[in-house]
Amino acid sequence: MKEIEVNTTTINFGPQHPAAHGVLRLVVELDGEVVERAEPHIGLLHRGTEKLIEYKTYLQAVPYFDRLDYVSPMCQEHAFALATENLLGIEVPERAQYIRVIFAEITRLLNHLLNIPAYAADIGAVTPFLWCFEEREKLLQFHEAVSGARFHAAYFRPGGVHQDMPNGMEEKLNKHFKSLPKFIDDLEELLTNNRILRQRSVDIGVISKNEAIEWGCTGPVLRSAGIPWDLRRSQPYDAYDKVEFEIPVGKKGDCFDRYLVRIEEMRQSILIIQQCLNQIKPGEISVIDNKITPPKRSEMKHSMESLIHHFKLFTEGYRVPEGQTYNAVEAPKGEFGVFLVSDGSSKPYRCKIRAPGFAHLQTLDFLSKGHLMADIAAILGSLDIVFGEIDR
Amino acid sequence: MLEDLKKIKELSSIEDKSIFYSANFAKDEIIKVFNELKNNEIFGFNQLIDITAIDYPYRKKRFEIVYILLSMKKNKRIILKTLINENDNIDSLTEFFKASDWYERECYDLFGIKFNNHPDLRRIMTDYNFEGFPLRKDFPLTGHTEVRYDDVEKKVVYEPVKLTQEYRDFDYTSPWEGMSKGIDDHSDDK
Repeated sequence: MKEIEVNTTTINFGPQHPAAHGVLRLVVELDGEVVERAEPHIGLLHRGTEKLIEYKTYLQAVPYFDRLDYVSPMCQEHAFALATENLLGIEVPERAQYIRVIFAEITRLLNHLLNIPAYAADIGAVTPFLWCFEEREKLLQFHEAVSGARFHAAYFRPGGVHQDMPNGMEEKLNKHFKSLPKFIDDLEELLTNNRILRQRSVDIGVISKNEAIEWGCTGPVLRSAGIPWDLRRSQPYDAYDKVEFEIPVGKKGDCFDRYLVRIEEMRQSILIIQQCLNQIKPGEISVIDNKITPPKRSEMKHSMESLIHHFKLFTEGYRVPEGQTYNAVEAPKGEFGVFLVSDGSSKPYRCKIRAPGFAHLQTLDFLSKGHLMADIAAILGSLDIVFGEIDR
Repeated sequence: MLEDLKKIKELSSIEDKSIFYSANFAKDEIIKVFNELKNNEIFGFNQLIDITAIDYPYRKKRFEIVYILLSMKKNKRIILKTLINENDNIDSLTEFFKASDWYERECYDLFGIKFNNHPDLRRIMTDYNFEGFPLRKDFPLTGHTEVRYDDVEKKVVYEPVKLTQEYRDFDYTSPWEGMSKGIDDHSDDK
């Protein structure tokens, strides 16, 4: 009988490592420098969001969604708002729908403007990081203008949005998104044909169509494998059925394809925002029902009823009819869904959050098998992992 | 598709809720049901989106396990539910959907539901050596232990939770009529 000597090294990657994108602990089994097995240990950022939400009213639950995937806050509020509205049986006014789409797309840009340079930095390029952060800062000013906060906006509320865009905002947005495509061109010049980026990402971490479906992949990861599946198109919510855009797909499903898909998605996002800005009309920004959305501050000064509504909304909250629903949005990272169960009280009975990153991280083991240790950083970066949403 | 779903005899109370179908099944039929839904061309529910559970401590069968499936071909979702007891096990779906590995681990970790034939049923979210199942309704919001760094022992130590102020849960529910169904019609305004 032939004796085979097994000589593998087990190393611990993270939880504190700049390429781990947060607090990921990876136990990696290496044969020389080749990865045999990579086992993610997650949960180091587990804060019990789902449990906490069960003890909060529907409105108080909104800010928790900003803190899940903290680089794309508004898209997650969107899913929760849609689920709650579905249970309440209300439809938000048109202007609110457009504002939501505009800000969901700004959030998508914000997310990709962080992911792409972070990924590039993982495999050796530093400049894009500095460039993109400047652009992000400009976009965050729009977040700040409508909600008062750069990240934790709590802007999409069940029933609409918190407040209208300030005067002159539409012109500012128009102006900004005219100049942004030029920035993306510049960014691409720096990266797309860069030899090092290609050497580090082409044919690395390949996922096939069937594997992507089987492992529950969604978003850019699924599209990079060549499946044109986008919830904004196939199951449109809010104003997405009124805008036209294209769905970029990859051919091979490797790290480079995922990068290209994200770059193209940014261009499409800009087109969507521009169409929304052309179509948006003045109007109400939330449901005119003071049993769900608070009355205006000015009304409260002289109307007793408004004062009572305000008090009741911020103490007891609104009661949501009994029922169950699952609503999903196309978040920058993939399908972000909220499974909401109401028992008829003003607090959710159960709120399950479906995070795209959770399914994506699961694929890491088979994506990295046979690759070099250094490729793990590239694969992690291309999967767009954020621990806020994975650990919840 | 609703008609075709009704032909599967293992499924009961099938409803079309416009954005998804919902149906119930008995826990022993799980393999049959998922085999049919995944492999039959009419349905093509090829992606498992999520597995979760709901805890109803006062019911006879305590947990409701929820499976969310997506059919890209038909652009439809289905939410499948089954009831199980606290001490019951349910068959794992890992042979049908690879994604169910972590979903089931999460379900086990947070609810304590055991899955038969799961390759690696360990805790996933909670701390190493964690005790209890946090998403059960009888698990306190504050948890049982807290951690701090001990300067003398030079390590992180676990201690029972000490709250400087008791956890307060105000009951705001009042005779105020609130919302009963959808939008209040405001007929009593004026």
